[in-house]
Amino acid sequence: MSRIVLDEERCKGCLLCTVVCPKNILRQSSRMNAQGYKVAECAPELAEECTGCTACAQMCPDLAIVVWRTVKAKEASR
Amino acid sequence: MSADGRIFVKGNEAVSMGAIDAGLKGYFGYPITPQNEIPEYMSLHLPKAGGAFVQAESEMAAINMVLGAAATGARAMTSSSSPGVSLMQESFSYMATSETPCVVVNMMRGGPGLGDINTSQGDYYQATRGGGHGDYRTPVLAPSTCQEAYDLTREAFDIAFRFRTPVMILGDAILGQMKEPITRGVPRPADPAESADWGLSGAKGREQRIFRSLFLAEGVLTAVNQRLRAKFEAMASLARCETFMTEDAELVVVSFGSIARIVKSSIRKLRARGLKVGLLRPITLFPFPAEAVAAVARQGKRLLTIEHNMGQMVDDVRLAVCGIADSAFHGTLSGTIPTPDEYEAAIEAALTGGSK
Amino acid sequence: MSETLAFTRTPSVAETPTHYCPGCQHGVAHRMVAEYLDAENLAEKTIMVTSIGCSVFLYNYLRFDSVEAPHGRAPATATGVKRVSPDKVVFTYQGDGDLASIGMAEIMHAANRGERITVVFVNNTVYGMTGGQMAPTTLVGQKTTTSPAGRCASTEGAPFRMAEIVAGLGGVAFSARVALNNVKHLAQARKAIRRAFEVQLAGQGMGFVELLATCPTNWKMTPVQANEHIEAAIIPTFPLGVFKDIAKNAGAC
Repeated sequence: MSRIVLDEERCKGCLLCTVVCPKNILRQSSRMNAQGYKVAECAPELAEECTGCTACAQMCPDLAIVVWRTVKAKEASR
Repeated sequence: MSADGRIFVKGNEAVSMGAIDAGLKGYFGYPITPQNEIPEYMSLHLPKAGGAFVQAESEMAAINMVLGAAATGARAMTSSSSPGVSLMQESFSYMATSETPCVVVNMMRGGPGLGDINTSQGDYYQATRGGGHGDYRTPVLAPSTCQEAYDLTREAFDIAFRFRTPVMILGDAILGQMKEPITRGVPRPADPAESADWGLSGAKGREQRIFRSLFLAEGVLTAVNQRLRAKFEAMASLARCETFMTEDAELVVVSFGSIARIVKSSIRKLRARGLKVGLLRPITLFPFPAEAVAAVARQGKRLLTIEHNMGQMVDDVRLAVCGIADSAFHGTLSGTIPTPDEYEAAIEAALTGGSK
Repeated sequence: MSETLAFTRTPSVAETPTHYCPGCQHGVAHRMVAEYLDAENLAEKTIMVTSIGCSVFLYNYLRFDSVEAPHGRAPATATGVKRVSPDKVVFTYQGDGDLASIGMAEIMHAANRGERITVVFVNNTVYGMTGGQMAPTTLVGQKTTTSPAGRCASTEGAPFRMAEIVAGLGGVAFSARVALNNVKHLAQARKAIRRAFEVQLAGQGMGFVELLATCPTNWKMTPVQANEHIEAAIIPTFPLGVFKDIAKNAGAC
């Protein structure tokens, strides 16, 4: 499963990541960070759908998202 | 070239030669009379000497090309005349603040406004008070001969790099256009070490370097200004003047640049008539040679400041002798070319007209 | 299964968080420049010329050697840098007020001379830093703090299309306009930024890339609305595309 790591203190809550996620697994959370922004999050129940495509991270103006991609063993060996 | 190695050149050419011999790497300028011989000379000779010449689209562009070139640690300069120098002032302020060394030549012309293309000393205030916005000063050197134009332009680069500051050569139409023999020195070899610890070269194996003049964080601008103030105070060591027949003089004329040469002629004529007058010619206008002027006043000699303006340097003379003496003033105005006879009469009147 | 890092901060971007408003795409624009320069191992020979506007603190966010140019003068300053350091990679980063208003003369002449520099031009149609005044690229009808009834073409002129104008000048080797509003456009932007540097490196002339970006605060929109506005209103006025690429011009010197 690929995954994102979202640095909530860098996030400004712009939600541009949420509109480009092809799996629609990003959303606004109910949490505020120290700057007072309501931060984005990856919905935990949908997290495993992440493909590691990096669209969210590319769109993020604040470098709040790091993307880890997992390549399945059989894909990797192809 | 004569047998003794002297060459016969215009003041503008002497400035250009001084700059090239100082190791100039970038000249950026925009045409304006009476300094056009400088960009013309540079366009022909600087590329041969390994430097870059660009005719800029405006004086603003020219001085900001200087900023870019100078930020890399290269010796860079521009030249202009009064209205064009006004257009550059914003960047002098930036460069003084970001401590970017460069040399700027102002061959003053008549003003205010578009004025005329004859000589003037109307930019003394602008040159010596920083000129642009904010609280800063830059060294100002005022040559009065073509040889001195060559020598001081060379030296201006050394001062610029020693203090990391813009330095101005303040000449005028007379100096720029007159021809005299000069002796050129040996070209200075390049010295990469002079900018090795601050020039922009790409952040390889070190932290990035930044030339900036914006400081919004609490206390930072104050700290920058404290450092700049200390530097401006340290520049006092540059103060320099020439004295001519002051030893036994009863009255000493204070005058600078090409006007001081006319005054010198007047003084020679007055001396021939037995009148005890002399000349003190500031070579640095900032820092002003206040100590030397005060020393003359302390000897009980009377002072007369002669300028080709409404009275600008006279303020510095009066500040220098404040509490000791005063200075009379005689000003000729832009639009006329002053004559030795006029100054002779003014000096004689000051000498015989009692103390002021 | 093995896990690999698919996206992280490129080394030339400083860790410092930016001062930009939420959703402002300056962060995307300069990050992409840094990604290109890092990928090509050019960071250590890069000299950046910053400008006046919201990106004035760019030297805090990108770790390149930098010189701050007075308002509008970045192409002149970059000219000075490049002429005495032809082996360096030099770029300016300018907004629309800086480049297309006060700095119009400098960009035109640097482009016409064919300065071997790259110009990264961020167009968000307003003066952001000073509070949303009308810019040279403000759309006709767009309300700003100094065009409260909307920009009127007959008294205030129509927006300057800089990528097209610059492409018409002889010294320009590459000129393109791209947007930052979706992943497809980001890919185009990445390619355009690369070309804008490649022509400099090849000594072919100026590389110019205009990036359409949002200003949610001064457009009085949410970041998501502003991003949609790019597609709906900005791109129709500022068409995307490559307006000049010297590589495609047969016989170019």
